[in-house]
Amino acid sequence: MISWLTEPFSFAFMQRALVASVIVGVVCAIIGCYIVLRSMAFLGDALAHSILPGVAVAYLVGVNLLAGALVAGLLVAIGISFVSRAGTIKEDTAIGIFFAAALALGVVLISTMRTYAVDLTHVLFGNVLGVTNADLWFSGGLAIVVLALVLFLYKKLLVVSFDAILGRTLGLNIHGLRTGLFLMLAATIVVALRTVGVALVAAMLVTPPAAAYLLTRRLPVMMLVSAAIGVISSVAGLYASYYLNVSSGGAIVLVATLIFVVAFLFAPRDGIVWRLRRRTASVRG
Amino acid sequence: MREVPDERRGPTVSDCLELREVTVRYGARPALDSVSLAVPQGAQIAIVGPNGAGKSTLFKALVGLLPIASGEMLLHGQPRGQYKQPIAYVPQREEVDWRFPVTVFDVVAMGRYGQGRWLKRLTAADRASIQQGLEQLDIADLAHRPIGELSGGQQQRVFLARALAQEPHLLLLDEPFTGVDVSTREATLDLLDGLRSRLVTVLVSTHDLDLAARRFDQVVLLNHRLICAGTPQEVFTEENLQQAFSGQMVVVDGRIIVVDQCCCGGEKEDRR
Repeated sequence: MISWLTEPFSFAFMQRALVASVIVGVVCAIIGCYIVLRSMAFLGDALAHSILPGVAVAYLVGVNLLAGALVAGLLVAIGISFVSRAGTIKEDTAIGIFFAAALALGVVLISTMRTYAVDLTHVLFGNVLGVTNADLWFSGGLAIVVLALVLFLYKKLLVVSFDAILGRTLGLNIHGLRTGLFLMLAATIVVALRTVGVALVAAMLVTPPAAAYLLTRRLPVMMLVSAAIGVISSVAGLYASYYLNVSSGGAIVLVATLIFVVAFLFAPRDGIVWRLRRRTASVRG
Repeated sequence: MREVPDERRGPTVSDCLELREVTVRYGARPALDSVSLAVPQGAQIAIVGPNGAGKSTLFKALVGLLPIASGEMLLHGQPRGQYKQPIAYVPQREEVDWRFPVTVFDVVAMGRYGQGRWLKRLTAADRASIQQGLEQLDIADLAHRPIGELSGGQQQRVFLARALAQEPHLLLLDEPFTGVDVSTREATLDLLDGLRSRLVTVLVSTHDLDLAARRFDQVVLLNHRLICAGTPQEVFTEENLQQAFSGQMVVVDGRIIVVDQCCCGGEKEDRR
């Protein structure tokens, strides 16, 4: 059993994969709490897809793909924030337009390259086994910045997420904080690019926080539980990927989904199973 | 409180709040149309009018959540935005996300956040103020319950306690008497009585004309335009009510009956 657990990590690439997965599990799960509570899941998905042109340009120019992704993600985050703030169209429409345009630009750029097919799959679905030391430093640094901001802005983000009017009366810059959250989200997605890929990162942003939401009653606890679920999903998914020889990103997301389903059915207060039992009991009684 | 004649200019020190021909628009449609009003410090005023008359719009403009298309809004003689003292706002119940993972204590504690205090822990004075608010509204025993588990009346008391913790000069209550039990209504009115001696200016929006007439000395009748402001006797005349409620009002045996299609939120807009 012990050797079964330790064997994968005798390889250096698996050690790097483990570190990368844990970083992703923690950062996505914590920033994801705000995504879930503010109903911004669509934005997470859209931002993830819209970093594609950044990756393509980085590939063409020959710089680190994550750096290209980060620049694209930050630009799109600012763009969505700016257009939806103008108030002439609704936010989800603004997101839809930016997301599709950026994705189209990415596809156009990529179609100009002949050798890109393999790397593109990695961008879309992740390839945690291919994480380099440079990637690790880059995404680790980014993760620390994002987590430090979550801590630094905790009260402000809590107030504007729960009650924007109070935030305003207390002198907070609501639009600035929202743009800040968008930027943190873009950085988080870039961190997750190598492990789960752009197609599945939305799941890591939404599924662990949603499960934690069912199990907890206060935001700080929700964040910690969500991070724990994120880490468990990442590590368990990595083992599944190693032993079953399946996609790491897919395996990680499926484990997270399984945890959510268990929480949905058996959460102490809100679990569907208990609700049904209470209902049957009250019908009988 | 009085309507401000157009020719009058220059700040009055004793006024907590002064509106000069304030217009607020949603798109092309004015929600508030050239409203002028002066409210002295310590006044308690009921804002009445039909659904969608601009009551919530007025509050949101006051706290800076909606832009003013034209006119001026002065707090203690200073333009809105420059005045840094807290305004406490108790939102309509439908505007709060009751599934948000916060406890009663967490919500009341938010009243102690603010300038220069975003990174500090709660001080002993903060905790005392929070505790006092909780006790004054009789919800101290609920402090560690999630807000979603409370009854409607209890939920309202949480927001009132938070408003007290803010120690405001100006308190805005948006429909506090809608959808709450009698004991919460009375607790709210008692709280307002207590604030009178502390010279806190209070604006309360309500559908309940009867309550406004019985429990408030000053009333503002609003329907996009300011129709009348003054004592209930001055304001609640047949002519004024006809102007404000037009189709929703009937006169039976000399008594005025307002048929109000209650509160399904004609004035709501996106929270974020």
